[in-house]
Amino acid sequence: MDAIALTTAAKYIGAGIACIGMGGAGIGVGLIFANYIAGSLRNPSAAQGQYLNLMVGFAIVEALGIFSFVVALLLLFYFK
Amino acid sequence: MDPIHQFEIKNMLPMMSMGRHDISLTNSALYMFVIVVLVSALFIGATSRRAVIPGRLQSVAEMVYEFVAYTVKSSAGNEGMKFFPFVFTLFMFVLFANLIGLIPYSFTVTSQVIVTATLAVTVFLIVVIYGLWTHGLHFLGLFVPKGVPKLILPLVTVIEVLSFLTRPVSHSIRLFANMLAGHIALQIFAGFVIMLAGLGAVGWFAAVLPFAMIVALFALELLVAVLQAFIFTLLTCIYLNDAIHPGH
Repeated sequence: MDAIALTTAAKYIGAGIACIGMGGAGIGVGLIFANYIAGSLRNPSAAQGQYLNLMVGFAIVEALGIFSFVVALLLLFYFK
Repeated sequence: MDPIHQFEIKNMLPMMSMGRHDISLTNSALYMFVIVVLVSALFIGATSRRAVIPGRLQSVAEMVYEFVAYTVKSSAGNEGMKFFPFVFTLFMFVLFANLIGLIPYSFTVTSQVIVTATLAVTVFLIVVIYGLWTHGLHFLGLFVPKGVPKLILPLVTVIEVLSFLTRPVSHSIRLFANMLAGHIALQIFAGFVIMLAGLGAVGWFAAVLPFAMIVALFALELLVAVLQAFIFTLLTCIYLNDAIHPGH
C-alpha cells in the first residue's frame, strides 16, 4: 500500500476512534441532568433557582464532547 | 455532500491590500459589519426615547442590560462593573454572531477559530495585564492556593499555571467547536434529505425523516447559540474576577 493511501486510511480510522470520546461526554451530561431532576423532585421550589447552574454545567460538559469531535474533524479535513 | 464547504472564506472585494498583507473584505468581515450595525441599531433605537416607564423595545434593552450586569456582579463583584462595557459588547457580538449564522445561506462568524481565538486571547491578555498592573507580583499568588500541604505545593503550583495557560484554548475552542459541530450536523442532514429525495417517489416520504431531524437540530442549535454566548460571557467574568481579586 503506498504512503498516501496508508495515511488516508489511518486518518479515517483515527477519526472514528476519536469519536469514542463523545461517549464520556454523553455520560457526563446525563449525570448533570439526572442530578438536577433528582434534586428538583425532592425540593421543587428550589429547582428554578438552580436552572442557571444546570445550563452552565451542561454547556461546559458538552464542550468536552465537542472537543473530541473537533479532533475527529481535524483529522479528516485538516491533515493531508 | 460536503459539510465543510459552508465555512469557506470568500473574498468580496478583491482589491484592497496594505503592503504585503491582503486586507480585502471577506464574507466573514462583512457579516461582522452586519452584526455591529444590528446591535447598534437595536440599542440606540431602543434607548432613544428614554422613557421612565419603558415600552416593549426599551424593555428588551433593559432586560439584556440587567442580565449581563447580574452576571458580571455575581461573578466579579461590584468592582467588576468597570469591565461591564467590554463584557456587554462581547456578549452581544457573540450572541448576534451565533444567531445570524442560523439564518439559511448566511455565514457564522464565530465558526471560524481565528475569530473566537482572537476574542479569547483578548480576554486572557486583559486578565494578565490588568492583574499585573493592579496587583503587581501579588497577582501570581493566584497560582499558589491557600491551605495546600507544603509537600505538594510545587506540584499544585505547576498544575495551576498550566491550567491557567490553557484557559484561552478551552475558552475559544468551546465556542468555535459548538458552532462548527452544529452547522456541520445541519448540513449533513440536509444532504440526507437531498439524497433520499433523489430516489424517486418512495424517497420523498423517507426524506421527511431527516427533515424532521433538521427541525429538531435547528431548535437545539438555537438553544446552543444563546447558551454558548452566555457561557463565553460568564467565563470571561470569572476570569476577570481572577484579575480583580487574585488569590483564593
